[in-house]
Amino acid sequence: MITITDVHKIFNKGKANQVNAVNGITLDIKDGEFLVVVGSNGSGKTTLLNLIAGSVLADKGGINIDGSDVTKLPDYKRSPWIARVFQNPLSGTAPDLSILDNFRLASLRTKTKGLSVGVNDTFKKQVQEKVASLGMGLQDKIEQPMGTLSGGQRQALTLLMSVMDSCKVLLLDEPTAALDPRSADVVMRTADTLIRDFNLTAVFITHNLKDAFNYGTRIIQMVEGLIINDLSGTEKTSLKQNDLFDWFA
Amino acid sequence: MDFYLTALLQGLCFSAIALGIYISMKIFNIPDITTDGSYTLGGVVTAVLLTNHQPTYIILPAVILAGATAGAVTGIIHTKLKINALLAGILVMTALYSVNLTILGRSNLPLINLPSLFTIVNVVGDTNQNTFWILAIFVILITFLIGYLLKTDFGIAMRATGNSESMIRSLGVNTDRMKITGLALANALTALSGYLVAQFQGFADISMGIGIVIVGLGSVIIAETLINWFKLTSVWLSLVLVLIGAVIFQLVLAFTLSAGVDPKLLKMVTAGFVLVIVSLPRLSLLKSS
Repeated sequence: MITITDVHKIFNKGKANQVNAVNGITLDIKDGEFLVVVGSNGSGKTTLLNLIAGSVLADKGGINIDGSDVTKLPDYKRSPWIARVFQNPLSGTAPDLSILDNFRLASLRTKTKGLSVGVNDTFKKQVQEKVASLGMGLQDKIEQPMGTLSGGQRQALTLLMSVMDSCKVLLLDEPTAALDPRSADVVMRTADTLIRDFNLTAVFITHNLKDAFNYGTRIIQMVEGLIINDLSGTEKTSLKQNDLFDWFA
Repeated sequence: MDFYLTALLQGLCFSAIALGIYISMKIFNIPDITTDGSYTLGGVVTAVLLTNHQPTYIILPAVILAGATAGAVTGIIHTKLKINALLAGILVMTALYSVNLTILGRSNLPLINLPSLFTIVNVVGDTNQNTFWILAIFVILITFLIGYLLKTDFGIAMRATGNSESMIRSLGVNTDRMKITGLALANALTALSGYLVAQFQGFADISMGIGIVIVGLGSVIIAETLINWFKLTSVWLSLVLVLIGAVIFQLVLAFTLSAGVDPKLLKMVTAGFVLVIVSLPRLSLLKSS
C-alpha cells in the first residue's frame, strides 16, 4: 500500500541547527497492515509520518501510495488516500464549526467542496447514527460547536470522521498523548475497530509501550532517522512487553 | 430626524464593508487592511464608469472584479510569498492609491446630475426613502448570497480554513487558494461599499477610503460582542448582527456629531469608540473577577 524508497529529510540544511530527521528509510507497508512506530524523541517518527502525509516533502527518495507516485504531492492532494489523526486534539477538527459541519467536510475528503448545501436531514441522520456508535451520547449534540467537547471526545470523533469518506491509509500521530488513560483507551479501541472493520492500512506513532505491545500487526523502532528494529506477524505477537522496554534500555 | 435617516443609509452603505471584514477577520482570521484601498477603488471605478455613461449592469460587475483583484493580490502576496497578512495588505493598499489616482485622473470627481443606482428605480417619491428601499434590497440580496455561500460545502471549507488549517488541509483543501478566494471575496464586498457610497454622496474622492477599515472593524466588533452576548452559533444571525453593527456604528457617529463634537475630531471619536467596544468585554470581566 505504501512504499517508501530511500527517503531522506534534512531540516535547516547547512546551518548550525541542521537536523537529519530521516536518513534514507526504505519501508514497505502492506495493504491492511497496522504498523506501530516507536522511538525516542527526535528519532524521526513524526517526520516519517509527515512525509507519508505530505506535510513535509522528501529531499531525496520516493513515496508511493496504492500504486501512485506521491513524492511531490502536497498534503491536500494526498487526501484521496490518507486520513489523519493528530497528536493535538485541536488540530484534527475545527472547534468553531458544529460537529455536523466537521463531519460534512470529512465526508468530502476525496471530493470537491462545491457550491451546494450538503448538510440536510438525511446527512444529519447518517451522522447521528455514526456518532451514536461511539456510545458517548454525542448524537444529540451534533449541532454543538466541536470546541465544546473534551479532547477525548474530539479524538474519537476525528477517528470516526476519517471513515466518512473512502479511506485507505490512516495516520495516527500519538493520538492519545494528550488524553487521560480512560479516554486514551476508548480512542485506541475505536481506532483498532475501525482499522479492522474498514481494512485500513494504519501507521501509528506512540510513546506508550503498552499500546505498542497491544495493538498492531507490525512494529518498527526508529533511532536517529533510521529503522533499527522491524518485527511483524508472529514475531510481533510473540514479542513480550519487556522486550520492548529493553529496546529503549 | 433626517440626520439619523442619513446615518442609517450610510450604515447600509457600509454594511458591505462590514461583511467583507467579517469574512477576512472572523472567518479567515486574517487581519486584512487592503480595505482602505479597495473601498476607494470601488468608488473610483464607479465614478469613472458613471461619468462615461455606462449602465449599472456593467458598473456593478466591474466594481466587484476590481475589488476581488485587489484582494486576490493581497492573498497571493500573503500565501505564495509568505508575507505577513498585515504587511501584504499595507503594500497593496499603498499601491492602490496610485492605481486609484490614475483611474480617477484627479483627486475628486463629482457625480452630480448623473443617473445612479438610486435614481434608476423610483419606489417611493421621497429621495431619502427611495434610497433607503434600494439600499435595503441591495444589502438583503448581498447578505442572502453570502449567507447561502457560507452554508454550502465550499462555505464550510472556508470557515474551517480560518479555524483549523491542519484539519482542512488533511481533508483535501488547498488552503492557499482558499485564502486568496476569501480575500478576493472580502475586498469585492468592500469595493461594493465604495460603489454605494460614491453614488450616495454624489462624488468619488481619492481620500474617501482613509481609515475606512475601522468602520468595518467597528461594525464587526459590535456584532461580535452581541454574538457572544447571545451565544449565537447561527451563520444567518451572525450576518444580520454584522449589518446591525454597521448601522449602530453610523448612528453612534451621527449622535456624536449632533451632540456638537467638532467634525475635525470625528476620526478620533471613531477610533475611541472602537477602542471602547473592544475593551468593554475585558473591562466588565475585570470587574467580575
